[in-house]
Order: sequence, then structure tokens, then C-alpha cells
Amino acid sequence: MTIYRSTTKTILFSALLLLSVAFSNKAVAQDGKALFNANCASCHKLDKDLTGPALMGVEERWGGSREKLIHWVKNSAAFLKTGDKHANELFNKWNKIPMPGYDGILSDADINAIFDYIAKGAAPAPTDNKAAEVKPVEKSNNNLLFGILTLILAIVAFVLINVNSNLKRLANEEQGLASSLPIPFWKNKTYITIIAVALFVTGGYLTTKGAIGLGRNTEYQPVQPIFYSHKVHAGVNQINCLYCHGGAEGGKHANIPSVNVCMNCHKAIHEYTGPALVDGNGKEVNGTEELQKLFKYAGFDPKNANNWNPNDAKPIEWVQIHSLPDHVYFNHSQHVVAGKVQCQTCHGEIDKMDEVKQVNDLSMGWCINCHRETKVQFKDNGFYSIYEKYHNELKSGKLDSTKGITVEKIGGTECQKCHY
Amino acid sequence: MEKKYWQSFGELNNSEAFQKSSKDEFKEDLPFDEDKGLLEAKTPRRDFLKYLGFSTAAAAVAASCEVPVKKAIPFANRPEEIIPGVANYYATTYVQDGDAVSVVAKVRDGRPIKIEGNELCPITSGGTSARVQASVLDLYDGARLRFPANYTSSVKGKELTFDAADKAINEALATAGNIVLLTSTINSPSSLEVINQFLAKYPGSKQVTYDAVSYSGILLANEACYNKRAIPTYRFDAAKVIVSLGADFLATWISPIEFAKQYSKGKKINDASPEMSKHIHFESVASLTGSNADERFLHRPSETYAIAVGLLSVLQGGEVSNIKDTKLIAGIKNAAKALADKKGEALVVCGSNDVNTQIIINTINEILLAKDKTIDWSSTYNVRKGVDADFAALVEEMNTGTVGALIVIDANPVYSWLDKAKLKSGLDKVKLKISLSGKADETTQLCGYVVPSHHYLESWGDAEVKVGHYSFIQPTIYPLFKTRQWQDSLMKWSAATTDYLAFLKSFWATKLTGTNSWDKALQDGVVMNSPLAVATTFNSSATNLALAAVQNPSSGIELQLYQKIAIGAGQGTANPWLQEMPDPITRATWDNYLIVSPTMAKTLLKIDLSNNGQSDSYEVNPPKKVVSIKANGITVELPALIIPGTHPDTVGIALGYGRDKKVGKTVVDVEGNSIGANAFPFAKIVNGTVCFDINNVELKLTDKKYPVALTQTHNLYDTPHGKRTEVIKELTLAEYKHNTKVVLEEREKELAAYGGVADFREGGSIYKPFDKPGIKWGMSIDLNSCNGCGACVVACNAENNIPVVGKPEVLRFHDMHWLRIDRYYSGDKENPDVVFQPMLCQHCDNAPCENVCPVAATNHSSEGLNQMTYNRCIGTRYCANNCPYKVRRFNWADYTGSDSFQNNQDELNNAVHYMNDDLTRMVLNPDVTVRSRGVIEKCSFCVQRLQEGKLKAKVASRPLKDEDVHVACAQACPSDSIIFGNVNNPESEISKARKDSNRLFYSLEFLHVMPNINYLAKVRNKEEATKA
Repeated sequence: MTIYRSTTKTILFSALLLLSVAFSNKAVAQDGKALFNANCASCHKLDKDLTGPALMGVEERWGGSREKLIHWVKNSAAFLKTGDKHANELFNKWNKIPMPGYDGILSDADINAIFDYIAKGAAPAPTDNKAAEVKPVEKSNNNLLFGILTLILAIVAFVLINVNSNLKRLANEEQGLASSLPIPFWKNKTYITIIAVALFVTGGYLTTKGAIGLGRNTEYQPVQPIFYSHKVHAGVNQINCLYCHGGAEGGKHANIPSVNVCMNCHKAIHEYTGPALVDGNGKEVNGTEELQKLFKYAGFDPKNANNWNPNDAKPIEWVQIHSLPDHVYFNHSQHVVAGKVQCQTCHGEIDKMDEVKQVNDLSMGWCINCHRETKVQFKDNGFYSIYEKYHNELKSGKLDSTKGITVEKIGGTECQKCHY
Repeated sequence: MEKKYWQSFGELNNSEAFQKSSKDEFKEDLPFDEDKGLLEAKTPRRDFLKYLGFSTAAAAVAASCEVPVKKAIPFANRPEEIIPGVANYYATTYVQDGDAVSVVAKVRDGRPIKIEGNELCPITSGGTSARVQASVLDLYDGARLRFPANYTSSVKGKELTFDAADKAINEALATAGNIVLLTSTINSPSSLEVINQFLAKYPGSKQVTYDAVSYSGILLANEACYNKRAIPTYRFDAAKVIVSLGADFLATWISPIEFAKQYSKGKKINDASPEMSKHIHFESVASLTGSNADERFLHRPSETYAIAVGLLSVLQGGEVSNIKDTKLIAGIKNAAKALADKKGEALVVCGSNDVNTQIIINTINEILLAKDKTIDWSSTYNVRKGVDADFAALVEEMNTGTVGALIVIDANPVYSWLDKAKLKSGLDKVKLKISLSGKADETTQLCGYVVPSHHYLESWGDAEVKVGHYSFIQPTIYPLFKTRQWQDSLMKWSAATTDYLAFLKSFWATKLTGTNSWDKALQDGVVMNSPLAVATTFNSSATNLALAAVQNPSSGIELQLYQKIAIGAGQGTANPWLQEMPDPITRATWDNYLIVSPTMAKTLLKIDLSNNGQSDSYEVNPPKKVVSIKANGITVELPALIIPGTHPDTVGIALGYGRDKKVGKTVVDVEGNSIGANAFPFAKIVNGTVCFDINNVELKLTDKKYPVALTQTHNLYDTPHGKRTEVIKELTLAEYKHNTKVVLEEREKELAAYGGVADFREGGSIYKPFDKPGIKWGMSIDLNSCNGCGACVVACNAENNIPVVGKPEVLRFHDMHWLRIDRYYSGDKENPDVVFQPMLCQHCDNAPCENVCPVAATNHSSEGLNQMTYNRCIGTRYCANNCPYKVRRFNWADYTGSDSFQNNQDELNNAVHYMNDDLTRMVLNPDVTVRSRGVIEKCSFCVQRLQEGKLKAKVASRPLKDEDVHVACAQACPSDSIIFGNVNNPESEISKARKDSNRLFYSLEFLHVMPNINYLAKVRNKEEATKA
């Protein structure tokens, strides 16, 4: 039963993973939606004003000129200088917050793809996202039931044994056979031995387990200074993880965003209007009040939004959840950029969590297992071109190409890859 | 080539103590009483059980504690260019006195943690020295002054705000009378302008430049000969023959990094062109440069003039006069002949501070047509501009009471001036004394106002180390303390309206145009102006005057004061890394001592090094006999070290020791007494310049002994007696020219039993070597260009968080350096040839250490690294015992965490604890684990840099390139002796280096440990074979 459940779970999880990988890869092929989510979604929605205006029907509003729009997207400041009436009105209406330029980031084709996607507008949600909505099988806990059953059975067995021995004694007395005096069970050496051994084994097991668990914090879900919901940001609003955790791309630490990153959007978004938020204790959280906390840290007055100075901000003291021991070297960019590993692989379905909790135990065994199974970007990454031997063996079929070249194969389980 | 090498005299004589010590790496027994059994020992079984119970209980309590809540606090407003966890690099300039080296500072999360050379700088081309490498530690020195203070008020050292200090000083200066700015050499053009503005504000004020060790001799000689008080650029790379009269140009003379780079170019040879420069050295006390020479001749310090004259005379067809030593005469003739053969490609340099001697050297260089070839007058040095007579005159002035105020900038004459009493009495007569030093040095302590200046890593500025070669200084960290750079202070006191930064920018605004914008200049760190062609004419009348002023050699015992490469004239004394770096010549750490020759040792110390018993008692026991040295009416007691390569009638003492306690915790020993003795008072003024050669010295053996922490006898190899040809290989140029394959043939002979060189890797063992499918790291060290300077040792310390262990621990063989430079002698016992060999983990592919580890804490990677996993290590030290190269280091104490249980650490001195305060710990490299007690550590090939380089290539989706990975030692090396890279890539530098040279050999190759480090044999430019 349990085995069956965990297998289903694994299958479901891997399916999810596969789908998300497939989904993310699409961004390469001018997928308007993916491009929109990656580049625009942090400030724009289709049907609702965010930091920037709702984009549905934008082309009509701009007089149907893609050219103008492309110019605007690439460099809004330069476009404003052309004196375009609509653009300048828009700029003034939106508190003169400039739109960042995408010149060099998005090609014309990319921008066209995005506008095509916007034009399609409220097309039904793509079906390939459906799997993500499948609810994971609820985990039931039968341990207590089993425990009570075992205990009842043990008591029954104990009673039966005693009854049996008493009957035996009575029968012996009946037949006039000599019988030894009954030994109370707490003096019975057999019982004592059995109990001692049982205690030793359970004690040892628990001690070892406890010792291994030292410093491991699976399920750790501390209360944060601000009820920040990843579900709202990364899930509902589809903000790219790297928008806030940009360090994951360039360096060792993913980095918690500084207050000015929050304020990029929240200078314009002052209240929470999404679905109700509920904290770990089942209490409802007022999103707008939480935003006020952020504004306090930022030294920001929503009524006087244009005069905010980022240097007034005070850092927010978040509680660290995922932490590795000092003697472990972990580099985010190695995994995210070079390894193309999804954030969710280690951090769980963070886009579904209101409050973040640690999903994996971050133990060495867990790391190593992944290194044994995960394939490196052997053919796609030019770095691995020097592994001539493996390339030849893959070609000749000596190495199983379905298994591919795992991290372990290129030395990813050696001590000094993570400890130095 | 059966040449005998020795590291110690014990080894030369094969004494008993040597045989014993080469067998055991760890000489200490376990702390049990020997005569009793384990159970009766101090720690019997019951105690053991008690401890076991206690520790289990303690562990249980500790384990049941709640996991502490960790905070993750981001920036409030993150600066765009800073990504936490990613290092930024800023070009800046190391400045110390007049020295300036263009460097790149690695800044990690706001803290500078490592200094690298600036490869864009044409002077150093990225080379550094030990002192430059260690300078980052000075930034975090706890002894730095932390605020402006007033020592004239009733409360001594009362803290002042800058405003209060400025007000008080401005008022005092207005009525002070004659103001003197006493500075060390200042080579910053903008700072000189600031000084000029200050001097203009106060009429009657003047600047006096004071250098602790000045080049007055050269400056004045050049003034006499060329009418220029300047030092020209020397071109050692253009010289085929170099003759040096005591100029230690690879260590301390003028511009040693530049010279090391140039010198190494002449030493780079390969099979295709077996030609190299020839270096003949005359010296009195063994020096680094002398030890690198192809031929070295010993002389009395007082014979320097006579040698210069002799050289000139032989070049002009005359004879050597005034010298008795026949060996020396032959040497002079030999040198003159070599020089005469290479006219236009020859260079003579001299370390003497005597004007006449330098004039004669100038004359010789004129005869050799050196001008515009090996001596370049188009660019002159600004490193030392002080003339001793100026300062001597200032001391007189102060004593007559005509100096109203003295502002001291970076000069420390109270420590380094020869006549301290007179200077102090003069200083007493100066009413207003202001110090702008960053530290409470000896001079600053006598000043009324102290307005401390920044460390260079906190400063703005510029430097012009050579005319037309500009280097820029930009801050890499916000000032740690309430300090202000001295230029700002001077500007405040000269009523300037802007600050120094604005002034600096406007100063350069007109000079930097077009592509050389200010931003670009800061980014590159250097700006070059094309040199001006300068016509110099030689004035030969000066020569006649110099020749007329005959200096006769003395006959008594003479003393020469010299500078150590790490300590200099005292610049390195307060730096723990520099103190613990073994001196390349004496291999001593943490101390000052008297250098005597083996011959003098027989009569003075009653130690005959060719006598086994005596050499053992000298070499094995750290306490050395103390000698009292009397000269110039001063007596100093120092322990004596016997160093071959020193003239029998000369002794040497290093400058820079005997500092005041306030300079730093590392200038005092465990008892709090200042280390060593100050040798500056021995100096005297001769013909107007300070002379560090002293005649008529009285030496007396005392019955005291003093321990000196030498590392020479640590880490001995257990090889058959005297057979070091398997560890190092050396040959003469003649041999090499005759047959470039001589080293290869020797290796063939050694490995014949295992199938010869080609088949050795596979054929030498029944096991097949493991695959290295992608990268295989390898290193090549050229013993011919390595000069043993020790920059790599300090660079390794800084990069890899190697702990400072302090003198008591070095005495117990507990030194922790991952990279050491072994010193080998061969040949003449009095004046031996020296070979330096950097020795570090060889990352053997068939490593003996790996096989014996019971917990697999050390094992091999698929990239050829011998990996060390500290968390697995249980400290059996089997690996260290089984390592043939003796490069593994054991953490005997918790060196880097020693503040947590201070009393639990025996015999750690204050230097160790000092390295562990929160301020000093800021220098640690966060990418490298700080090791705890009880684990082995060793060179990792800077694995953190390899991983970083690989990641860079992976992110860019391209194969690894040579420039992606630089190991710290190779990057620091000023002579490009170390090449590192991927051996599997046939296009890499290392592959080419290995393919190109038949001088290649592996140390102890016959052991079949298959090292990943190869060496290139040393070649000595001698005609005769090296057979001793």
C-alpha cells in the first residue's frame, strides 16, 4: 500500500518535473507567453493594471502601430523624446515611472511574439499546464493505528501466554505432577532479556537517527517578518524566480532581494486584492497590512510615492530556511545556469507555498543521489567537448546514451567538488 | 652529475641526528610518561571513562539544543555592481614609503581579501612580492591608530574629532614659525602638488625627504656624473652579463619585482636556444641575489671600493690593487673579462651607498657602453629620493631650535636614524609635532598631535614609480577607523576649499584625455606616457676625483647591516605572515640574529660544522649561542646563525627588528620583549652618506643561548645519504649546450629497471593508471628562473587561510605552510652554490598518502587532484608519515579558532591569538574552509579557483582556457617560474612547457608516485662541470 503510494507520487512528481522542463524550454522558440512571463509579467498583466497598465487591447490603443510599440519597448525614454502624444500621456498617467529598456534583451521577433500573445488575449489556459493542477495524493498516517493494534495484540499475547502457563500448572497439579513456583514476569529472565534487547535496538536506532538528523531541518517553516507569499508572486503572478533571486544566475548565493527590488513593483501596488491568504495556523492574513510592513521597512509613504528615496530603506531580517554547513561549497549558478536545474528540484513547489518551508533534507546523501542520477548538458555545453573519450563511447554505443553522462561520471561525487 | 647536495651540515656529514630525524616526520611522542604503561600513565582507564561519559553527556546536551534561528539579511538598497558571494576586482596601487606596485585587489562582500599583481602594468607585468601579498593583512591590523588624538593636553592621547583637531592644528601652525614637512619619498604627483600648496601657504616652510635606507650614494654619484639626481632604469633583461657588487636587486634593491621579472627573462632557456645571461656576484653576507648568481665571490664590505676600482682598472688593461685575497682577484679578472666580451650587453650594479664607489660603477658602465642599452635614462625611478645629508642637516636645525613645527608623513626616523639621542633632543626642541602616520610608530609616539592616515586600500591617490609610469589608487573598502588620508589633512591645513578626491580628479582632468579618461585610468590602474629621449653626457672629471679618494680595506672583523626580503627596513615587522615566512637564505622565522660564516663559527662559537657532534648540537637544538656585538660604542646581543656564503671576517645583522611594542603584537615575543635588536644605531655617516658597513667590530661569545625558529631541518627526506639528485637536478650551461638531453638521459638511467621513461607510467606498476577523461591539472616549476623570493608562500597563506602558528610552534616543527621553498647547498662549504626548490603537494597520481588513510579522507579526483577532506580526517597522520615529499601539515592546535578556548591551547603565542580577533579574521577567504584542530591539510592546487574557472567556462559554454585558472602561487610569482594548467589540452601553456624542454624531471620519480608537478632543471652559467 505504502509502496504503491510512494511510487505514484514519484511518477506524478517526475511527470510534473518533465512537463515543467518541457515548458521552460519553449522560451527559446519565440513563445509569446513564455517571453511575456519572463520579461513583462513582473509589471504587467493582461486584464489588470499592475505596476504598468493592463496590456489587453494595447495595440488598438496605440493606433495599431507595432513599430511604435517595438520602439517603446526597446527604449521608452528615447521614444518619449519623439513627442508621441499617447506615449507621453501614458507616462504622465503612470506617475512617470519609466519602463525599463529591452534593447539587446528582446529581438524584434521576440517583441512581436509577445504582442501576438497579447492580441490572442484571453485565450483559454494552455492545456499543458493541466498536470500541474493535479493534486498530490493526500498522505494519510496509519502509524498510530498500527501502533495501537500492535500494543493490543501484544497485550493479548501476554495474557494468553500467562493463561496458558497457569492452565498448564493447574493441569499439572491435577495430575499430581510437581511444578515449580510461578516466577513473576518482571523477574523472568527471558522477558528481561527480550525487553533489554528491544530497548537497546530501538534506543540505538533512535539515537542514530537523531544524530543523523542533527542540523537537518526538513519541514522547517519559520514565521517571517513579513508574510510574503511565493504563491502569490511566483505562482499566481508568474514572476520569474530570477527577477528577485538574480544571484542564482551570477553567483554562489541566490540572494534574497533587497528592499529596492520589492519596491520596483510595490511602488505602484499598494494593496492586496488576490485570494485570501492563510498562515500555517489557519489564521487569515491581511495582505494589505503585510504590504504596510514592507513600506515601513522601505521608508515609503504610498501617498507620496514619487518622493521615495531607496536609501531610506532598512533591510528586512528574513529568517534563513535553507542553510548548508560552512564546510560545504554550493554554487547556485553552477546548478541553475550550467546544470539547467529547476529551482523546484531542490526547493520544492515553491510557487505553491504561501509560507516557504524546507522540502528536502539537504543532506549529503540527497545531494549525492541527485549527482548520480542527473545528466549534465553533455552535448549542449561546449565545456564538455573536451571529454572526447565519452563522446566517442556515446557514439559507438559503449556508453548508454539514454542514461547519458551523469554528474557522477564527470567527477561530481568527488570530495573536493564541494568540500574545500 | 653525481653532485652532493645538502640542506643542513648534519646531512653533509651524515650525522647521527640527521639520520634519526630523517626517519621520523613527527618527532614528539604521545603525551604519556614513557616509563609507565598506558594504564598507569597520567590518564588512566577510569579517567578515560570519565571523559568518555562527560563528552557523551555534553554531546547529548548540545544535540538536544534547538537549532539556532539564522537570519538572512539582504541589502536595503543593493549597489548594482555587487552580487553577494561574487568577488569584485579593483585596480589600485600598493604604496609603502617610495615603493609603488600596481595591484588588483580582490574584494569579497566589501572586504579586500587578496592582492594580485596588475598584469597591465608594464613594470611588474603582474608580478608581486611577499610584502605586497601580505599588505592586505596590514589593513586589518589591530595596532592601527583608530582616531585623531591630542598628546599635548593633560589627558594624553585624548580623542579628537577631525574638526577639533583641524582647529587646534590650524591655530598652532599659524604661530609655529618654520614648518618642516618630514616625509618618506613621495612619488605621487598630485600629493607633491598638495605639499607645494601647503608650503606656499606657510612661508619659510620646507619639505625634507627621509628614507630609512636611502640611495644617496647613487643619487649623488649620478648628479656628479650626469648632472641628474636620479636613478635610471636598469635593464637586466637586456644584459647578457650582470655583475653585482652587493646589490640585492632580486630582494630589496630599488625595484626588485621589476628586476626579478627582467632577470628571469635572461634565465628562460629551452632546448632550441640554450643561451642565458651570466650573473657574477660579489658580496659579504649571503643574500638572495648572491645565492642565485652563477658565480659568487666573497669579500669584506670595506673592499667594495677596491673591487670597483679593480674592475675598472682591469677593464682599462690594468691590474687589481689593494686586495690580497687571490680568489677575489681572480673573480674580478674573470668578471672584467666577461663584461668586456659583452660590451653593450653588460651591466654592473652596486649596492653601496658610497658616492665615490657609485661614480666608479658609473664609469665602468660607460666603458661597457651600457647607456641606452642596459641603463635607460629615458625613465628614472622615483622610489627613493631622500639624501642622508638633508636629514642630518634637519637634525642639526632642530637642535638649534629653529624648527617651529614638524609634520611627519610616513617617515619614522626615531626608529631608523643612526643617532637616536641627538634626534630625540632635537625633537624635544620642536614645539609642535604632528604625525600623519597610520600607526603608533616610534616617531609618532613623540608627536603632540596624531591625525592617522588611511591604509592604501582605503585611499585615493596616484603614484609615479618611474617617470611617465602612472599608477592609480582607489579605495576598496570604506575606512575601518576614524582616519583621514594625509593629503586631506594637509589640504585642510592649507585652507583648501575642496577635498583631495576632487583635487585629484581635477589634477588629472587635463592630463587624461581621449581614451585615457579618468574612469579608464582607474579601471586599468595604470597610464603610460611615452618616454622622452633624454640626452645624458658623462662627466669624466668625477671619476678622477673618485679614484683619488682611495678607501683602504680594513683588517678587523666587519659588520654589514642588510635588509631581509620580507621585513625590509622594518616595514614587515608587524605583519604575522611576513614574520612567519622563512627567510629564503637562513630559513629562520620570527627573529633577528647574527649571521656568521662557518669559518668564523669555529673560532667564535667553537662550532666546527665538519665535526659531527658539534654540527648536530648546533643544528638539532633550537637554542643558539648568543654573541655580543660591539661597534660604534653600541653593544647588542643576538643569537648566531652559521650561514655559508658569508665572508669569514664579516658578520651580518638584519635591519627592521627591535621595534616598539605599540607597532603591533607581532614585534614582541611571548614575554612581551621586542623581538631582535635594532641595528640602525650601528650605522655611521661616511662622506656624507649613511654607511651600513661597519669596521672594527668586537664579537664576544656569551654563555647565553636563545632559541631561533629555523625551518631548515624540518621535513627531511628519507633518501640515501646525499643522494639529492633525484629531488633536484642541476647542470651547467656548458653541459646543457653540449647535450640538451642530459637530464633525460639521467632519468632513463634511474628508471631503467622499470622500463625507462617512456614506459614508466604504465610499466612501473601492476596496476593500470586511472583515466582522467576531461581535465588533468598539472604544474611545471622552472628551477632556473625561480629565485626563492617567497612571494608564492605568502600568496598561498592569503588565498588558503593558512594559520599563523607563532614562534613556539615553529620551534616544535609545527609550521603550517602548504608551500615551502627548500634551500639546497652544493660545492664549496664556505661559498656553496644554492638551489631553491618550491616544494608543495605533488598531487601524485599514485599517491602513497591515499593508500594509508584508514578513513579515506584523502583520495584522488578524476582531474588528478589529491583531495583532502577535512571533515573525514581523524588525524592519524599516517598520510604525512607516508608522504615522500613531507608536504602534509597537521593542525596540532586550533590555530584559527584559538579564541574560543584560549587556555586550552598550550604555548600559542600572541601572534596566533592576534590573527583570531574579529578584525583580522576579515582577511579570511570565505571560499576556503577554516581548518580545526586535529586534521591534516596541504596544498589543494587552489581547488576553489579551479572550480571557479571551470564554472566560468561552463556558463560561457566553451572549453576551459588557460586564463580561466590561476593558482595563487603562479599568479604571485614575479619571475613566471610556475606554470599551471590542463595537461590534457595540448594547446595549454603547461603542455607546451612540458613538451619543449628536456630539462623536465619529476622529483623522486623512481618511487612511481607519479607526481602532477614537474620541475625544470636548474642551469648554472658556468664553464666547468658541476662535479664537486
